[in-house]
This record gives sequence, structure tokens and C-alpha cells, in this order.
Amino acid sequence: MAYPAGLKYTKDHEWIEPAGGHGKVGITDYAQQQLGDVVYLELPEVGTRLKAGQSFGTIESVKAVSELYAPVAGEVIEVNTALKDKPEAINAHPHENWMIVLRFADASEIDALLDSTQYDDLVK
Amino acid sequence: MSIFDAEAFQSRHIGPSPADAQAMLQTIGASSLESLIDEAIPARIRLRKALALPDGLPEAEFLAALRHTAARNQLFKSYLGLGYYDCVTPSVILRNVLENPGWYTPYTPYQAEIAQGRLEGLLNFQTMVSDLTGMPVANASLLDEATAGAEAMTLLHRVQTKRIDRVGGTAKFFVASSCFPQTIDVLQARAQPLGIELIIGDPDTVEFTDKVFGALLQTPDEAGVVHDYRACIARAKAAGVFVAVASDLLSLTLLTPPGEWGADVVCGNSQRFGVPMGYGGPHAAFFATLDSHVRQAPGRIIGVSVDAQGHTAYRMSLQTREQHIRREKATSNICTAQALLANMAGFYACYHGPTGLTAIARRVRAHARLLEQQLTGLGFTEHNRQYFDTLRIGGVDPEALKRVALAHRLNFRYRDDGTVNIALDETTTRADVSAIVAVFAEVAGRKGTMTPPGQVDVTYPAALARTSTFLTHPVFNAHHSESEMMRYIRSLERKDIGLGASMIPLGSCTMKLNAASEMLPVTWPEFSKPHPFVPVDQMQGYQQIFAELEHALCEVTGFAAVSLQPNSGAQGEFAGLMVIRAYHLDRGDVERDVVLIPASAHGTNPASAVMAGMRVVVVASTKDGNIDVDDLRAKAHEHKARLSCLMVTYPSTHGVFEESIQDICAIVHECGGQVYMDGANMNAQVGLTSPAVIGADVCHINLHKTFAIPHGGGGPGMGPIGVATHLVPYLPGHPVVATGGVRAIAAIAAAPWSSANILLISYAYMKMLGGAGMTEATRYAILNANYIKSRLEQHYPVLYTRANGRVAHEMIFDLRQLKQASGIEETDVAKRLMDYGFHAPTVSFPVAGTLMVEPTESEPRAELDRFCDAMIAIRQEIQAVIDGTADPKDNVLKHAPHTAAVVASDTWTHGYSREQAAYPLPFVRANKLWPAVGRIDNPYGDRNLVCACPPLSDYQ
Repeated sequence: MAYPAGLKYTKDHEWIEPAGGHGKVGITDYAQQQLGDVVYLELPEVGTRLKAGQSFGTIESVKAVSELYAPVAGEVIEVNTALKDKPEAINAHPHENWMIVLRFADASEIDALLDSTQYDDLVK
Repeated sequence: MSIFDAEAFQSRHIGPSPADAQAMLQTIGASSLESLIDEAIPARIRLRKALALPDGLPEAEFLAALRHTAARNQLFKSYLGLGYYDCVTPSVILRNVLENPGWYTPYTPYQAEIAQGRLEGLLNFQTMVSDLTGMPVANASLLDEATAGAEAMTLLHRVQTKRIDRVGGTAKFFVASSCFPQTIDVLQARAQPLGIELIIGDPDTVEFTDKVFGALLQTPDEAGVVHDYRACIARAKAAGVFVAVASDLLSLTLLTPPGEWGADVVCGNSQRFGVPMGYGGPHAAFFATLDSHVRQAPGRIIGVSVDAQGHTAYRMSLQTREQHIRREKATSNICTAQALLANMAGFYACYHGPTGLTAIARRVRAHARLLEQQLTGLGFTEHNRQYFDTLRIGGVDPEALKRVALAHRLNFRYRDDGTVNIALDETTTRADVSAIVAVFAEVAGRKGTMTPPGQVDVTYPAALARTSTFLTHPVFNAHHSESEMMRYIRSLERKDIGLGASMIPLGSCTMKLNAASEMLPVTWPEFSKPHPFVPVDQMQGYQQIFAELEHALCEVTGFAAVSLQPNSGAQGEFAGLMVIRAYHLDRGDVERDVVLIPASAHGTNPASAVMAGMRVVVVASTKDGNIDVDDLRAKAHEHKARLSCLMVTYPSTHGVFEESIQDICAIVHECGGQVYMDGANMNAQVGLTSPAVIGADVCHINLHKTFAIPHGGGGPGMGPIGVATHLVPYLPGHPVVATGGVRAIAAIAAAPWSSANILLISYAYMKMLGGAGMTEATRYAILNANYIKSRLEQHYPVLYTRANGRVAHEMIFDLRQLKQASGIEETDVAKRLMDYGFHAPTVSFPVAGTLMVEPTESEPRAELDRFCDAMIAIRQEIQAVIDGTADPKDNVLKHAPHTAAVVASDTWTHGYSREQAAYPLPFVRANKLWPAVGRIDNPYGDRNLVCACPPLSDYQ
């Protein structure tokens, strides 16, 4: 699966889709492959403030459990609660199924993240 | 052996004959067994002299001698209560479950396709607990009632994290003073390291402040009083406090279940559902909670899923909560459940059904009411306003009563306030009541006859009486005749692979023989009947066995003393760490809370460390799988001021005797730390090396691995700890029966010797093998492992060995390259082995993408060869995929296991034959074991969580 050029990526295998001062956050195709069948998501409440790299939830597959990390600092302004009822959607379409929307504390942090080519190299 | 000697047990326990051993050594390329051992174990850690233990006794001689020991246990009639009640084990359950290797030998049902029988049994147990407690979801049992209470506390602690963080300061947990004393003591042990303060008091008057996050109540309570806790729970809820209630399943057939009061957790002991008291256990504790807490629940939960053909199938669900995946973030360190006993309790409920159970409860209560009538008629007072089966009698001189009661071989519970508890049970008859009345009459100087009984009223006032139905599922209403019950049990047993079917080559699990002569004494009444809190002088037989067993375990470990209290390996870890903690604290070393744990450690180690209030620092492994000594040294020195201990498994979880173990232990000692050895791999040590020799200070011993206690399909187990001299004072105590060190830590299990009943099995093992026999068993365990390695290494690479190529008692086969080449995964191999009639080895532990094999000494050469032949044949099946002669998706591996229904179906669409699917090797034909279901859909089960018996329509 190709890594969309419009997204930015972290070494922890999250993606973020910047749009103005905020962005949707999800996990990458590589991450979902490593986890296998996702069965459960634990997501934060709206209003949670996060530092860059801080855990905002957990994702569980049948065989593994992993933390979800904020790509940049910010405040959670929306949570995709519907995804909790169909976590398998993350396996099918990892780059479309976002988990939270972060309002950035410092938009310049986005620039420091990996672009799709750099991320592709990382997971090759 | 002279012509006059009976056959030694050793030749029955050890699989290969001496002639087989010679042939196997040739395959291995070792000149003798002794030289193989020299190559497998580093010389500097070898024991210099043989174990100083007597020679083994032939089976018949041992059993005859044990009859005399058994006779030293005096069977008084005990009315002591406190969570343990005499009961009738229905003979159909005794014979077909408890005494049946089909039920007691299987492992935990990780390989669900060949474990559908016991998974269904455990689902029955969960449904029964859920119904009786009025709670939405129950787990598949915990170790004992006291630890279940502690798990309730820690669950509520986790789900209340936000409240606790918001309020700040010391988190407090309220415990009703009327909870069982052993529960309160275990809560103390568990609360302290987590920084939880216990408030012990009266539920009616306690103030639920912000600092209080949860509460534990009990009904019927320790005195026998039945409570209506609606108001208390409402008050707690209004204050945001979560509530757990300990209760009694039999009483809940008559009483409003705590679930209907809004409890968050209901827990207790299911022992009286047909499981013998066994002087303390094993029994299955139950634990039920709300759907909203299920992901924080401890222990195993059985769930419903579907198989590859879409049929209903059972599996263990939500395993990501558990220690083997989540490590230090696990919900608890619990691995072992009490599967065998939970299955018995579930069958008891199936056999009696809701009507039968209610009748038993009413009968128990009727006898209690009758006794009350008679005793009050004699002028004594009854203090329990509402009770189920337990009276509290006053107005009697307890000393005089005790004297007379003992003379009549009756045990009552004499309370500190001078009153006396009498707890009746299912076995109580009119004659028993009459005997109790006679004793009281004698004390009162009256004639000892019962007055004609008046009407006894067993109903409860409306506020207490149960109105809801329970056990309405057909499974609890269809097996009330013995024929039906026997066939139901057999129908489930046939679905499972135990040691009666074939070897179970699970690495790290030591699935050795559970010999019939070791098992027989477990159900002798002298051993199965005693209540754990009877006066110790009545149990001289058991006490002698404990003393001998402790002595033998000290000799094997090289330690100064042993505590038989820990009820599982994980509980042994917790006990050992708490002993180390107490040692440091006692020396004024209050800061030592860092525990070093190698990356290769079993997940239970870090989970136990967190429970003991410690911080985990992970030590790296080298690329050849050993502990990275440089990293260990660096980390030990970095944390020198705060180093509590190292937890290390030996031989390592990689199945290798590491050369550097003594250096590692020395580094930890230099830095002021202690060494905790995980005894999971003790089967490679006995008689050849020991924990003390390698430099450990404390270790647990999995009696259910090395010392022949069967795995019970997922418990029971026992995990005693051995300690060096300086740690002896801290061995765990008990609040009811004096035991443990002079500065004992609080109890870590409900009963002083936990599952005392099954200690007999290890005792028998040690007595029948003797020191020399046990040592020979270790040699053969290493021989068998190295034989499998030699036969399979050209087919599957072995991940770790000593530099000379030798492994200890187990080995890891690496399937990762094959997966890359063929797309066939370790799971496919595991499932395909079922088609050959075998249980899989350990999958993906301790390294993902691998299989770990441990044959044990008990497997004969012919069985080892069948297993190796199956593995080689599977390797060829993988090769066919690599070569392109088999389809990468439609092949025997990806579709495994193949059920009879699939193979016998009129439609067959696969690119391989039915014969290839079901009878891949000639030996399979002679003893075909059909998996009951096809490959189970694990994600489906975790996404659609159902933890109770599904309606029958789901099976059609």
C-alpha cells in the first residue's frame, strides 16, 4: 500500500493529516500489518491535552497491544468513537480511518515529521 | 536390582528404556548419558554430590505406607465455615472428571480447536457464576477466595484511576471487618506495595470520603450473618465509590444476588459445588463483574467465536489483558486458573440444575433452623438475626464446649468474644444435628436428645429473598440422570487432547507423566475431607507430609526453608518478591524498589514485580539469546542504591544453561540486590545443579511442572518458594493457622498450605522416585530434548544452543525464514499438528515466529519419533508450498485443522486429497483424534465478546 503524500508520519507509525491548525491522526499500514487483526481501541476524551510523543490511547489486536502516540503536541478536539465499534476498519483502510483530531499547540512541529517518501524508506 | 526387589517406579516414569537411550545417544552423537549431561550443563555449576534423599519406593509399597500416614489425619466433623464447606462430590463427577486423566492432564486451552470440551465446561462455569451472582460477566475462575477479593480491590483501583489522580494523596479502600480474616490478611499483603490504605470497619457507619475509591463487603459474612447491603451500596455509589461483594453461591439460590444491588464485582469460593475441601484446596474462586470493567478483569475469560466453517466455537478471549502479552501493564500476574475445579463446579450445577441446587440450599438452611430451634430450646442464644447456614451461639462456656465437642470429634469455630460459630453444609443430616445438640446438652447438664422438631421456616423476608430466575439455559436442565451426565462429560472429554491421547510438547510447561499412583491418594477421604482450619494436631498425617516435602524441596533447591503457601507459580513470584521487600525494609533499606528483568523473561515476572510495588528495568539479551552481562552490570550499577533484585529464569527461557549465571548473580549481590530465580525450568536442574549453586536467594518451584501435579486443563498448580537462610524469617504467615517465619509477611493465599490436597502428588513423586530417580529423570529430560533437536535440526533451525550445540531440556525452532519463503506461519504448523493427533508446542514464546518444544523425561522414544515424523512431514508440506506444488492459500496447512465433518462432506473443493488432510502418516490412522472444530476466528471472538453459554439455536 502506498503512503499518501498528503500525510505526515512518525517513527512510531502514526500519521497525521494537517489541515489548518489541526489534523486527523491514525496509524499506518505498516503498523496495522505488524499488529494483525485489530479488535479493540481505547481513545481519549475530547479536551485531553497531549505532549508530542505522549500516549493518547491503546490499540489491541488478538496477539498484541500497543500504545498510540501523539505525533505533535496539542488538544484532542474530536474523537472517532464510531471506529471503536468497527476497529477492523483500521486493517482494511488504515490511512482513511482516523482516531482523533488534534489541534496543534505549535504548528511548526508538523514540519519536523517524516513525509511519505521518508516514511516509506523507514519501513522498507 | 535383586530378584527380591519390586519393579522401581523410575522405570515406569521415565519413557525411554536403557536400550532406547543408547540408540538415542547415537543419534545425538554423545558417547554416554553422562557425557551428554557434561556437555549440556556448565561444569562449574554442577552439584558435587548426589541428593541426600532416600531411594524411591515401589508404587505398591509407597501406597501401603501412605495409608498409615493417612490414618494420622483424624477426620472430625467440622463446622468451621469461613468459605470452606463439606459437600458431596457426585460420584459421576468424581469418577469421570476428578479421577479422570482426560480431564486432569490437559494444558490451558490455548489451542482451542482441541480444547472445546473443557472450554464448554468453563463456559458453563462462567454462566453459572454470572446467573447466581446477578452479574453480566464472569471469568473462568481464580486461585482462591482471598486472592479474588484482592483482585477485586486492584480492579477497582485501576478503573478508578481518574478519581484517584484527581483527589490525590493516599488512595483508600474500605473493607468490612466482617469479611473473612484470611481475605483481610491477603488484602493487606496486596494493598501495601501499591500504596493503598485499607480502612477496616462497619459498612453501616463508614464515611465514603473522596479518598475512598472502593469497598469490599461480604454476605453471608464471617459470622454467618446475611446482609441487605442495598443502602450501603447506594451510599457508596452516590459518593462515586465502587463496591465488590464477597458471597456464597449456594446461598444465592435463595438470596437476592449482589448484582441486583448494583455491585461492581462479586467474588467468592465455588468449592461447595462438589469440590472436596482438601485441607485448603484446590478450589475455584469465582469473579464476576460488569461489562464496563471486563477489560480490567483478572484471569482467563472464555468467549464464544466461530470456526472457519462458521460453526460456534469457544476460545479464551481478551488475552491481551494478560501478563504474557501485556507484561508490566497486565491487569494481574495471574496465569493459572483452577480449570479442573471450575469444571467440577460447573458440572455440579449441570447435574443438580436450578431446582436441585435450590433444594440443597433449602435443606442446609432447614438443618440450620432445626439446630437453632433445638439449641435455643436448651437455653442457648442465637446471635445471627438472619443467616443462611451458620449459627452464632452464645450463653455457653466455650472451654467446656470445646472439651466435650472434641471428645465427640466435632470442630466448631470458637470466637474471641466467647460465642461459637456452627456452619452446616450439604452433608449435614438429622443425625449430625442430633449429635451437635447432644454435645450442647451435655455441656448444659441436660439429657442429650432432640425435642420433636416443630415447623422450620426456610423462607427469607422479601428484602432478602431472591426473586430472579437462574440457570435457565438448557445445559443446566438436561443432565439430571446419571446416564445423561456421564455421557455429557464424556462427550466433552472426547473433544480434548490430554496426555492420555499423545505427548504435549509445550516448551516451558513440562507436561510430564502424572502417574496414577501419585493421583490416587488425592481422593482418599483422610486427605480430601479436612477443613483447612481444623486444629493442627488432628492433621498429623498432613503435617508429616509437609515436613518431608519441605525437606526434600530444600535438598533439591539447596535452600534453608520452603513455604508451601503460594498457590501458583505467579503467586510464588509475588511471595518471593514480598519476602525480598520485607528483608530490605527490615534492614532499613527503604529505597530498594528496582527489579532487573531480562528481555527474554516470561511476562509474569514483570507483572508480579509491579504487584509487589517495584519498578521494572529491562536487561538486554545478546544475539545468541543470553543475558547481556555488560548491560546487566551497567544497569545494576546505575540503580545500585535502589536495586531490590534480579528476576532470572534458569536454565533460561531460551532453553540454555547460560555460562555466566554465577557472575550475573555476583554482580547483583555486589550492588546490594537479591536474586530471584524463576523455577519454571527446574526440571532441567533437579539433582544436577540447584538454585543455591547458581547464586539465587529465593526461587519458586512449579510443582505442576517439575513435580508431577497435572495441569488440570488450566489449573490447579502450586508454586512453593524456597529461600536462603537470611530470608527465612519473612516467609508468609496466616491469620487463622500459625505458620511462616518469625517476621512473617502477611498471607498471600487463603489457606495456610493453599492447595494442600495436591501437595500429595509431588510428595508421591519424590517418594517413589527418590533422590537418584529424580536425578535420572532430569538426565532423561535433557536426553529427550537433545534427541528431538538432533532429529529435527536439519528440518527446522534451532534458535539457541550452548556453544557446543547442546540444549537443556527444551529448544526453540525458528520458523521465520520458512514464513518468508512460503507464507506458512507458526500458527499454521501448530494447527496442522492437530491433524496428526498432536498438541502444538509453545507458539511464539519467548520469541515471535517460533515453536518451543519440551518433551520431558516421561515420553518414550516411540512417541518422540512419532512427533518428529509429524514435524518432518509438515516440513515437507511447507516445502510443497515453497516449490509451488501446493497452492499458497489452498493447502493442508492453511486449512488445518480438518474436522471429520469437513473431510466426510459430500463437497470437497481443495487442491489436495481428503486422505492427505486427515491421514497424513500411517500412525495417524491407528489413533485418529478428530479436532471438534475447524480453525477458530480469533478476531471475531474478541470483537463480539460473548462470555456465557450461547442459546442452542446457535449450534444449528
